[in-house]
Amino acid sequence: MTAQVLAPKERKVAQRRIALTGNHAVALAVKMCRPEVIAAYPITPQTPVVERLAEYVNNGELDAEYIPVESEHSAMSAVIGASAMGARTFTETASQGLGHMYENLPIAVGLRLPIVMGMAVRTYSAPINVWGDYSDVMSMRELGWIIYLTQTAQEAFDTVIQAYRVAEDSRVHLPVVVAYDGFWTSHVLQPLEVPEDEEEVMRFAPITRSWVKLDVDRPVSIGAVGTPEWYWEIRWQAVEALRGSIKVIEEVDEEFGKVFGRSYGLAVPYRLENAELAIVTYGSIFGLVKKAVDRLRAEGVRAGALRLRVIRPWPRDLLRKLLGHVDKVVVIDRAINHGGPLYGPMAVELEATLARPVYNVLATVGMRAIDTDMIYEGALKAYRGQWVPDEVYTIGLRGGP
Amino acid sequence: MSEVKGRFAGKVYIRRTQVLLPGMKVAEEPEGQYEFVNFELPQEEYFLPGHGLCAGCTIGVIARHMLKALGPDTIIVNPTGCAEVSTVVYPRTNWAVPWIHVAFGNGGSVASGIEAAIKALKRRGVIDPNRKINVVVFAGDGGTADIGFQALSGMMERGHKVIYVMYDNEGYMNTGIQRSGTTPLGASATTSPAGKKVPGNTTHKKPMAAIAAAHGIPYVATANPAYVHDMVYKFKKAAEAEGPAFLHIIQSCTPGWRFEPKYGIRILELATETGYWVNYEIDHGEFRVTVPVPRRKPVKCFLQLQGRFKHLTPEEVETIQAIIDRDVEAINKAVGREVIGPVDPSLPCIPAGK
Repeated sequence: MTAQVLAPKERKVAQRRIALTGNHAVALAVKMCRPEVIAAYPITPQTPVVERLAEYVNNGELDAEYIPVESEHSAMSAVIGASAMGARTFTETASQGLGHMYENLPIAVGLRLPIVMGMAVRTYSAPINVWGDYSDVMSMRELGWIIYLTQTAQEAFDTVIQAYRVAEDSRVHLPVVVAYDGFWTSHVLQPLEVPEDEEEVMRFAPITRSWVKLDVDRPVSIGAVGTPEWYWEIRWQAVEALRGSIKVIEEVDEEFGKVFGRSYGLAVPYRLENAELAIVTYGSIFGLVKKAVDRLRAEGVRAGALRLRVIRPWPRDLLRKLLGHVDKVVVIDRAINHGGPLYGPMAVELEATLARPVYNVLATVGMRAIDTDMIYEGALKAYRGQWVPDEVYTIGLRGGP
Repeated sequence: MSEVKGRFAGKVYIRRTQVLLPGMKVAEEPEGQYEFVNFELPQEEYFLPGHGLCAGCTIGVIARHMLKALGPDTIIVNPTGCAEVSTVVYPRTNWAVPWIHVAFGNGGSVASGIEAAIKALKRRGVIDPNRKINVVVFAGDGGTADIGFQALSGMMERGHKVIYVMYDNEGYMNTGIQRSGTTPLGASATTSPAGKKVPGNTTHKKPMAAIAAAHGIPYVATANPAYVHDMVYKFKKAAEAEGPAFLHIIQSCTPGWRFEPKYGIRILELATETGYWVNYEIDHGEFRVTVPVPRRKPVKCFLQLQGRFKHLTPEEVETIQAIIDRDVEAINKAVGREVIGPVDPSLPCIPAGK
């Protein structure tokens, strides 16, 4: 068996079980990480996060500067400024908000600032649609951010804490985004465990302040003009830091498991041993996928599944290891790669990783509903040869392929 | 006048009611409405030589005296523009103080984050709570009046203690002389060229100081590097403000305005001498002209040295003169007396020997 059987783990920290929405779970995790500057602008479906953080600050539960900025462009700019000053920072966004701050996203990478950002994922306009799919976060893939895609409120909570630890590690110094499903995770009340003593979180993820900062006693110029003679080498350092961060991400996840009793890995396999068909996806629909796998297994199809958790840096070797033996890999993508070689961004990347064709399936676009039966039927089509690799298929699109 | 030491000792006209700042002292009995104040500037340089600014450009004059006035405990946020690309080309820098560039349109919000971080880090004891650190945005007119306008407005509205310095060369000079929101009427720029049908820029300069003042911030001023002591005095006052301060500083641009480099300061003197540019401050809502001009030169003295106005007909120059006359009248009315005098055509545009 692979890692899907989770034996009760050792844990060092006392915890209590509460119920929170994904958004409020993220806000609580952020509060426990004691950021010093939060800059935020409201946008559906993340707004409850920044509202709750404002409550924490105004009630005196969190000692932070809360900047209610006039746009997401300014939200990212302000956290870049604050992070460059040496403060632990947080902001959160989605969809058009991410689009509005986009200019600053690669700058946070180039300046090597350990910003942590939450994202309740949502599709892009037009037509305007406030509901959840992964169009926004997928558009960040080429910028150099560390990207986590989480499944539940608990995982989003845990990952925010891990994200600060990773971002501020002196081997990394890169911004991190923690994404979770808009509405399906952000607005649904879920049970989760949180540490009773909030200081445990700070003990796990203390503020390192190890990055290059604006300091009047040691003046530096941050963000110089990088001429063609210098730009590539400087940028390459960020490339190498992102590549190397995979080790730190794994270390931190493992240690988090020892302290808090939960760890997730870079990707989450399910019944992949001896599988001839694997369904690969991400986010909250993994529960449905696992049910479909159980049904397929019950009917004699050797099915398995895999959830992508860390997509930047891309865990190439792990994915090859987990999926290399699987005959048919069905990738359910939740964002459209318009006009691409395949129409799903993760399908493209898995095809490149496995160096062979995969089944490219789009689902939940614009938060179109999906259920276990739909996934089951799609997988069966692939299994029976009704679907072929390297073509585009859809689950839930009226009149779609 | 009592003795003043240092290379940059100077005097500045201020109103009798002015509260004196540390390091400033009354040196002479006032004459009329104004009194002289002497102060010293340090010998130390925090804006270092070796930059790539054009000959005749006055950004360096502004930056150098800004840091002499504000001292080493100053953090500079420099949005994209001439100053940024000319002073911090990796691996060199001209700034002996902490400096950051992020993007073009976000000077106000980057500075908001820095200022907030300083407050938070002082509360947590990471930074000495008694240490006074100036946060300065040093931005051009494009990065302020146009693409950076929203970030600036947000910064002022939220009350961040930031000194926002807009050096105004009246166009996108870094990208090759395109018009901006502060390009004056009639100026020829590459996106508002003097054509056969349209004689250059058809819009008026965006009144940034007035817009800033409308936010109700404690200190707003206009300044001119040709009146360097007046400018330095305003930097010092801006640093003392208990909230946002906005300084609108005119700055001559050799390639953009098209003049001989030796006229960099002379043109700016003419800007004030003609009433094209008025040095004033709005201190907690109180308006003062800090450089009075008893007799004005005609605006053509300012225009005729510059290639960007060369195409204007005498009638078009008269139109610009009429606009300045109207603005001067409004300023005199606001002050309550004739602080900027009438046009005196007998004054030489450039006095002999200069």
